[in-house]
Amino acid sequence: MTIGYYPGCTLKTKARNLEDSALACLKALGIEAEELPRWNCCGAVFSLADDDLIHHVAPVRDLIRAKDAGHDRLTTLCSMCYNTLARANLLMREDEEKRKTLNMFMDEETDYAGEVEVVHYLDLLRTEIGWDGLRQKVKKPLEGLRVAGYYGCTLLRPSEVAIEAPETPTLFNDFLAAIGAEVVEFPESTVCCSSYQVLSAENAALEASAKVLKGATVRKIEALATSCPVCEYNLGRRQGDVRAKFEGVGEIPTFYFTQLLAVALGLPLEDLGLNLNEKASEELLRSRNLIAAA
Amino acid sequence: MAIKVSVKTVRGPLAQKVKEMSGEDPNLCFQCGLCAGSCPMTGEMEIFTRKVMHMLQLGLADTVITQRMAYLCASCHTCQVRCPRGIDIPKVVEALRLITLRAGENYLAPEAIPKDRLKEMPQAAVVAGLRKFTG
Repeated sequence: MTIGYYPGCTLKTKARNLEDSALACLKALGIEAEELPRWNCCGAVFSLADDDLIHHVAPVRDLIRAKDAGHDRLTTLCSMCYNTLARANLLMREDEEKRKTLNMFMDEETDYAGEVEVVHYLDLLRTEIGWDGLRQKVKKPLEGLRVAGYYGCTLLRPSEVAIEAPETPTLFNDFLAAIGAEVVEFPESTVCCSSYQVLSAENAALEASAKVLKGATVRKIEALATSCPVCEYNLGRRQGDVRAKFEGVGEIPTFYFTQLLAVALGLPLEDLGLNLNEKASEELLRSRNLIAAA
Repeated sequence: MAIKVSVKTVRGPLAQKVKEMSGEDPNLCFQCGLCAGSCPMTGEMEIFTRKVMHMLQLGLADTVITQRMAYLCASCHTCQVRCPRGIDIPKVVEALRLITLRAGENYLAPEAIPKDRLKEMPQAAVVAGLRKFTG
């Protein structure tokens, strides 16, 4: 099976570990992801003002590229890209007036009316492989590792593009159970980590991240799995800063969910790209004999 | 603090602008406060979402746009999925931000972001932040 693939900017550089592990897993699972021949930044956030059409041009252009490449489905990994593309797609499907204006503005492009389906990778795993199917492909189950999925915001909100019911998601738990991890209930899994606020309101941003990490600490979670490079940055890379500022935050290694999937599928270490994670992430996997000792 | 409420401000151009840009009606809000209770970014806000909605109902949009609140929003949409009145609050907040940004006042100067941070931050955060904080 072949599906169109939109990587987004961060996955080509700072979240290379997300892309490398994800693509290696798809290959192992027999799904061919075909990267769009041309793509541009989606804009990272969906424009919310009714009179701001120009910012929809970027994500819609990407969707047109997918249509032009002959894809009826387009998969993404970064949660922010997913949200922006899915909302722009919905707009093109449902708002006739804005669709007309945008198509007219991009008159050098193919007309677009939301023909492509935007599918997040987690959803792709659920629908194409299925949790039972995935369980059968696992070579190295993450037995005894207390992992929680962290959805963050953009996979679940707003509800019209949510990959699951926004207040009662189970997808991450189902995924983690399928790869053999010990799934831990984690109420903070849908609480915002502060997202882009880390750019301008550092204290408030670290406080929001601290709330999530404290929840994980209390529940003795050993690893957090996410699909968003911004969440990974706030909760992983900046975790030391959070810990220095707030009490009750333990050391919790963070991963992209695809890295844990790659471990479970028994893929080679180089597919994980652990050099881009904090050191604690690799150490945890080594200490549990989930990857070979150094 | 005494506030002056008049038909002139309640139906004033700024209040109308917020409604038009957001496509939302702050008058639907019945002040339950679930939005503010759910907001992850209240730490440094002078006023919370519930009060913002109330002030908009009272026609105090000109005061609301001077607050940092709109710039502390992370667009997480938790308030939006929880609002029992179905108000898309992030759209209202975006309108408040844009009114100032479109007047040419950037909230964040790109050169003010520390270079070492810029190097390590994911592009998605930088692009999103600059989209929200600059005109």
